[in-house]
Amino acid sequence: MTTLGQLGLWLALLIGAWGTFVGFYGGITGRAELIASARRATYALCGVLVVASIGLLVALLKHDFNVAYVAGYTSRDLPTVYILSAFYGGQAGSLLFWAVVLSIFGALAQWLTSRRYDHLLPHVAGVTSAVVLFFVIVTLFAANPFERLPFTPADGSGLNPQLQNPGMVIHPPMLYLGYISITIPFAFGVAALVSRRLDTGWLHAIRKWTIVSWLFLSIGITLGRWWAYVELGWGGYWAWDPVENASFLPWLTMTAFLHSVMIQEKRGMLKKWNMVLISLSFLLSIFGTFITRSGIISSVHSFAQSQVGYYFLGFLIFIILAMAALLWLRLPMLESEAHLESMVSREASFLFNNLILVGIAFSVFWGTMFPIISEIVRGTQVTVGPPFFNQVNIPLGILLLALTGIGPLIAWRKASVRNLQRQFAVPVASGGIAAAILTALGMGNFYAIATVSLGAFVTGTILQEFVRGVGARHRLHGEGYAQALARLVGRNRRRYGGYVVHLGIVIYFLAFTGQAFTVDLEASLNPGEVAEMRSPWGHTYAFTHIGVSQYDELNRLVSAASVEVARDGERVGIMKSEKRQHFTCSAPIEPCPRQMRQRSFEPSTEAGIRSDLREDVYIVFAGVVEGTEEAVYRFTLNPMVWWVWFGGFVLVVGGVVTLWPGTTIRTVGQDDTQGGYAAQLVEAKRA
Amino acid sequence: MKAKYKFLFGAVLVAGTVGFLMTSGIKETGVYFLTPTELAAKVAVDPSFHDVGVKMGARVVHGSITRNVGTQTITFQVTDGTQTYPVVYRGLAPDTFTDDVDGVVEGRLEPDGTFRATTLLAKCGSRYETTPQA
Repeated sequence: MTTLGQLGLWLALLIGAWGTFVGFYGGITGRAELIASARRATYALCGVLVVASIGLLVALLKHDFNVAYVAGYTSRDLPTVYILSAFYGGQAGSLLFWAVVLSIFGALAQWLTSRRYDHLLPHVAGVTSAVVLFFVIVTLFAANPFERLPFTPADGSGLNPQLQNPGMVIHPPMLYLGYISITIPFAFGVAALVSRRLDTGWLHAIRKWTIVSWLFLSIGITLGRWWAYVELGWGGYWAWDPVENASFLPWLTMTAFLHSVMIQEKRGMLKKWNMVLISLSFLLSIFGTFITRSGIISSVHSFAQSQVGYYFLGFLIFIILAMAALLWLRLPMLESEAHLESMVSREASFLFNNLILVGIAFSVFWGTMFPIISEIVRGTQVTVGPPFFNQVNIPLGILLLALTGIGPLIAWRKASVRNLQRQFAVPVASGGIAAAILTALGMGNFYAIATVSLGAFVTGTILQEFVRGVGARHRLHGEGYAQALARLVGRNRRRYGGYVVHLGIVIYFLAFTGQAFTVDLEASLNPGEVAEMRSPWGHTYAFTHIGVSQYDELNRLVSAASVEVARDGERVGIMKSEKRQHFTCSAPIEPCPRQMRQRSFEPSTEAGIRSDLREDVYIVFAGVVEGTEEAVYRFTLNPMVWWVWFGGFVLVVGGVVTLWPGTTIRTVGQDDTQGGYAAQLVEAKRA
Repeated sequence: MKAKYKFLFGAVLVAGTVGFLMTSGIKETGVYFLTPTELAAKVAVDPSFHDVGVKMGARVVHGSITRNVGTQTITFQVTDGTQTYPVVYRGLAPDTFTDDVDGVVEGRLEPDGTFRATTLLAKCGSRYETTPQA
């Protein structure tokens, strides 16, 4: 099967090169047979790469340990689901995964895009083929998953136990899908530039793709947080690790892009900026893959250092130069059709939203790369950690949160005093009340007060929009409230889906604020001994160490420590945290006798987690004092963690609402100075 | 055009804020990342370097780890081949911390030559990969 896989890769090399050439050449000359050939090339590319992927999957499933990749990432006793996830678990396989998924997206873009955009599609085929070609080249010449060993090991070395977690099965592919799908909007941007068709057509063609890749990135990041939280055992879900940052960067620029395209669609402004943003997003998605794959920055995530890094670096430089040249050539065609009329307008608020998002992205990028930058400039590596990122991003995040409330409701062009009063009186009041309540309760943390009151303000704007919209439909069309809500959302999916996404963002902010109040305690306890701590909500927790037990489970030896937990004197239950030592057996005997066991990998920790709406109890068992039953624990009380997962869920729901087919886009008319849908409805009726 | 200038003013303000937050953030939280040899060189030139928190990346010397679970203290030695430092760390070590891993310790070098670490990170020795054994 690996022969088939190899063959698939070589064919992909040829087809990719042909598709790149014929896509651009056919697009420029407009020759129908070349254009048709470019389209067929994307389908063929997809076909051969799917065959190559099947080749790898079969090798994995058949335990063909003569293949280095199969031996390096799987073993006989590995559950099937993790054998399948080993496809993208290692470096070589993940590169093939990139190539095959992008080829599928490329084919879908050709197949699903409306005939209206036929003038763009050959160039799109050229770009997607070129990017696939790059990944095929890296796979073939730098990290080939089909490479064979000079011998056949009896068993593979297995998958790192920390990766043997359901979150790890779906987190990487989700993130990859996000990274990879950015290529499609980028390809349309390039196509618009090359073909000189710089009207809003390309923006309409990619609307769905943009939201899809933004959604995949969001889901991937959330699942990554969840994995880090349950599996890494340090008690948090975000550590500003380089690889986490790398996934956050394109998310930020894509979020900026999602907002700024609305300005171009409605007002014909920001054309250059949008091209820069989508190119930046694409570059950052490649950069993210580069960071993960090259090991250039030390991170818990990175893979072995290898020459793959140089390929990526070369590719990044090539894209930067090519895009800079292309943009420079087309600069005269990207002039704005309108000017900013007032600072108190939706355009201005979106511009500031973009500035802040890009500012955050820049600071995260700078902080991530700072060890390298300082080494080049000063000769010594200087690193920055979470304090830097928090210090910079918390104030910027709070500004952004304020704009989340202002942007959607303020009028286009120039907001009138009436508009401001009408839209913001209630939300500002609710924000003020929230701030007053918190201060009265004795909250001393300024950032927490700012976040919660701005959260109340934004929630106020969102609820007001829903209430007014439903009310207006109820009055004007005589619909029942439920029907009015359904129609309201159904007829304005992008707007109301966006509101729901904003609600998810508010929930995120509140949950992140909770992290400022985390408390933890390390304690060494004999059986029966109690450790007490006070939670930020004012509860008193008592942890009683019960005992440690050892037993075998599948391919590992488990030491489990049990703790009885009581809150304010009431028994909550027993919580368990495990230390797992995975082993391989030198003979295929079940169960494996002790003397035949070989430790594989470092021990891993299973934290005990008990979650409720207010706070999580997070228990890590660190080990026993040799020869006794005295156990060392770290107890963490983590406020509001549940809301991180819930915020992620709300965000995805909102994204799906916007994706639902059937939105229509209007441009702003002369009288259309009122922001907010409800206001428009009333105004339309009055006219 | 007036709005445009106002916006530019606002943009400069935002950019300035970002720049200010970043430079002050780096100044306040930036930490030297050194190898043991580089650390030895820095201290030799400037003894006040003992008071500066640094990160040191080095390999854990095989067999040097002693754990005292009772006092939650771990002592071990790290080396880059030329310079070796004893390290004292109080706290929980990550699972990945074992012999021969590349570790990063953050803390201060005491005048007596021991490195007192406040954080201990271990790069996963296998970096989620292992080399297949024959």
